[in-house]
Amino acid sequence: MSSRPVRLAAIATAAGAFSALFGVGGGTIIVPLLVLWLGYDQREATGTSLAAICVIGLLAAAAQTAYGNVDFGKGVAIAAPAVVGVVAGTALQQRISEELVARAFAVLLVISAAILIF
Amino acid sequence: MDPLEVAGLIAIGLAAGVASGLLGIGGGVLFVPGLVIFLDEPQLRAVSTSLVAVVIVAVVGAWRQGSYGNVRLRDGLIVGALSPLGVLLGAVLANTVSERALELSFAAVQLYFAWTLLGRAGLPLRRATR
Repeated sequence: MSSRPVRLAAIATAAGAFSALFGVGGGTIIVPLLVLWLGYDQREATGTSLAAICVIGLLAAAAQTAYGNVDFGKGVAIAAPAVVGVVAGTALQQRISEELVARAFAVLLVISAAILIF
Repeated sequence: MDPLEVAGLIAIGLAAGVASGLLGIGGGVLFVPGLVIFLDEPQLRAVSTSLVAVVIVAVVGAWRQGSYGNVRLRDGLIVGALSPLGVLLGAVLANTVSERALELSFAAVQLYFAWTLLGRAGLPLRRATR
């Protein structure tokens, strides 16, 4: 594929499709494709992926709320410890090498693939 | 909730957040089982409810990464805004391809990405094949 906007559109389509089909998994598509297709470094790919997930999640949450499928209280309850975790996780990421981030991401991909297969 | 359930909820939420910040994912893969096991959400509803946590964590994570200079906001917003295209594609695929074939295809894509990322980073995989 040639141009940058086309590649971004393809990444968006792939991430949206996998999220819709499996309920989770957009990030496992966005991060590798930003690295492999757009030359992002590993840290930029994870940061930009989170920005994309804000929008993807908002759109999906709005749709599911309209269907009455969302329990906000429970969502916020599990998000509370996760907010502490994400601040720690981003801080940790700045202190380890790009290679280690890539290696950890590969482990995530293998675990995610195993869950799908078995 | 008994104290053990509270501890479990905190542990799995914390793990989802760390994974999200470290790896740039939404964390749904941990939020969904956490909601089912510790907050008694039914499986299907848990996927929808997890989106609330995903948005909260992604906003905080993107803000922190932005402060470290790691967010290309324009690209991220384009990917997010165009993602509904994929939801349409997903609906078409779900109606034309068997669920098992979709699962195995997604797994194959993820394994390919794992292999390629490791190779690019000059990690043991590539050294072993040189």
